Amino acid sequence: MSALHFLPPLLLQGAQMALVLLAAPLLTGWVRKVKARLLRRRGPPLLQPYRDLLRLFGKEAVIAENASWLFRTAPYLIFAFTWVAAALVPSFATGLMFSWTGDLIAIIALLGAARFLLALAGLDIGTGFGGIGASREVMIAALAEPAMLMIVVTLALIAGATQLSTIATFMLSGVQGLRVSLALALVAFVIVALAENARIPVDNPATHLELTMVHEAMVLEYSARHLAMIELAAALKLLLTCSLLICIFFPFGMANAGDAARGYALGLLAYGGKLALVGAILAVFETAIAKMRVFRVPGLLGAALMLSLLGLLLLYISRGF
Amino acid sequence: MSAWEAAGARLAAGEASLVSLWAEPGAVHLALFEKGELGHLAHDCPTGRFPSLARVHPPALRLERAAQDLCGFIAEGLPDPRPWLIHGAAATPYRFLPVEGENLHEIAVGPVHAGIIEPGHFRFTCDGETVVRVEERLGYVHRGVETLMAGAALPLAAQRAGRMSGDSTVAYALAFALAAEQASGTAPPARAVWLRALMAEIERLANHLGDVGAICNDAAFALMHAHCAILRERVLRASAACFGHRLMMDGVVPGGVARDLSPAGVALLAGLAHEIRAAFAPLARLYDMTASLQDRTVGTGILHPDLARQFAAGGYVGRASGRDFDARRTPGYPPYEQLAFTVPVLREGDVNARIMIRIREIGETLGLIEQILARLPEGPICAAWRQTRGEGMALVEGFRGDVFVWLRLEGETVARCHLRDPSWFQWPLLEAAIKGNIIADFPLCNKSFNCAYAGHDR
Repeated sequence: MSALHFLPPLLLQGAQMALVLLAAPLLTGWVRKVKARLLRRRGPPLLQPYRDLLRLFGKEAVIAENASWLFRTAPYLIFAFTWVAAALVPSFATGLMFSWTGDLIAIIALLGAARFLLALAGLDIGTGFGGIGASREVMIAALAEPAMLMIVVTLALIAGATQLSTIATFMLSGVQGLRVSLALALVAFVIVALAENARIPVDNPATHLELTMVHEAMVLEYSARHLAMIELAAALKLLLTCSLLICIFFPFGMANAGDAARGYALGLLAYGGKLALVGAILAVFETAIAKMRVFRVPGLLGAALMLSLLGLLLLYISRGF
Repeated sequence: MSAWEAAGARLAAGEASLVSLWAEPGAVHLALFEKGELGHLAHDCPTGRFPSLARVHPPALRLERAAQDLCGFIAEGLPDPRPWLIHGAAATPYRFLPVEGENLHEIAVGPVHAGIIEPGHFRFTCDGETVVRVEERLGYVHRGVETLMAGAALPLAAQRAGRMSGDSTVAYALAFALAAEQASGTAPPARAVWLRALMAEIERLANHLGDVGAICNDAAFALMHAHCAILRERVLRASAACFGHRLMMDGVVPGGVARDLSPAGVALLAGLAHEIRAAFAPLARLYDMTASLQDRTVGTGILHPDLARQFAAGGYVGRASGRDFDARRTPGYPPYEQLAFTVPVLREGDVNARIMIRIREIGETLGLIEQILARLPEGPICAAWRQTRGEGMALVEGFRGDVFVWLRLEGETVARCHLRDPSWFQWPLLEAAIKGNIIADFPLCNKSFNCAYAGHDR
């Protein structure tokens, strides 16, 4: 096999990675815009997150005197982990080159590693807020990750694989019909996704109140390019989660490996439309409810865990073990 | 036992409630609310020493610490002699109260905060998420108002009184004007009295509207905030159109009011009251029907009624904890005796109760505005000033609670003036209300108290 055979898939994979990186701030901007319109505000322009990132990259980084090497390297590692994870999720097409190298469990592990680093960085400076943020983040993670894994097991049993491309292809084939287990997994996934992305009701991405923060409390001490990396990683994570949701539960319109250019174009269009819809739903949801008390969050995530477990049980019952 | 100590004993026994305690060179003063009347007691202390009342009545503690700071007095037996308002006064570094125990950690918040709010420092001691103690440190916006007032000409002093706290500028200006008028024996004309009440109610309306939304925003419910902010903005714009200033600063002056309200203004305000009544009802329902919001506010930051009574907590803080007090009713000042209004009181004392008091007060205030507009008397708006010597004091219900002003006039100048913000007795209660709650609920509790920084730090 010559090198030429590798080139088109590699280019396609590269295009997907560039796409998620470029589209991530736009999705964040879109959610903010829709939220602002719902609150009868005009809101910042859609491209504002890009401008913010540019501004941050141009600034001088202020680092606390007692910061260790970990504090300085963590943002890049967090960004890298998140980007790789985002590259593994099929967005507009299934069967991309990298999607065979890692499955859903690998994605969860990558995100877990990024979170671990962020929590360490939050503790590194030794401020009260960083400590609060890290402790809350870990508490949430300890409950969100098992729930997420349970969802993966449910999906794997339905689709027969943990590979996202396989799952998406399976869902597209329509073999599974409408399954109660899948609906339960969807609800559980949405709850976990809200917690993972520090959205209302678990965390408030727009707050200025240090004492109520989770994600923001850990990154309070960051500035300039470090903050830009973390913000970009956060935007990427939101896009990744939305892509996961789309890829697993609503994969229609996705291009397949080996499709003609038209298939890819359609896939891209469908992906963009679905992202916009998911972002708008997120904004409506966040506007309609208040944030939860910190100690209610375990209850919410416990519900996600129970739902995914219930989905799993139903699956066994319906198949007769 | 001196009259001073006897007053302290009555305070400790709960027969009287503390209104204020302050010092001037040569004497300390005490204002009491006793048997429905406002009383004043001066205690000469040429040596600069006076018996501390905080020994027997804790609400006097911070006022006595402030008196030590501002006049160099020594309150004998003061349980906590650390400075309060003036941070450079002590030679030794400020020590926060010690907290001992396993697994406790401290979190320092402020004085500079992430939001656009006033400066104040909060020192939390927590066991995990649970707050074991919070200690406040204030005084960052101390401007020396009492010294600035001493010897100032009356118009200048009135202006300064109106700048104690921007959100309560009408309440302060009104309290100052009432005290000055009592000192000089000047009677303001009827139209001025009614216009003052109108301005005071508009100020209350604007603040309550803004804060109901802001409290909900601290629970990340931005929808309420957005809608309430629009209503508050309408009130402020109407104030600017009618009285020439969004907050109606310098509208109330000793002797009357500075600006008359035109018939067009009356119509504008009547329309505004009608519009807000219609627009606010669905918002109050939205607050009541949003389960996720209620889950945050009900049972959070409970202030016990006994503490509210002991500290004579004014405003919604006291009324949400069963203290049935409103300075407009007792001791009362015109024209409220001719107006119909009820004072809502609840006993729960949580964040929800404080919001509910404010929601109900918005309705009462709209009713008052409508009554005043319908019955506004005609005539002059300012009386000729009588120049005399004398002392006067007044208690005025601002949106936050009762604002107290005492002053001594010497002709055209103010010899000495003391202004006491309601927050003096609300700040310590916030420390009590947050105890045992989780630290993430502090912003919500704090906002539901919404104590003043500038007004308190004078």
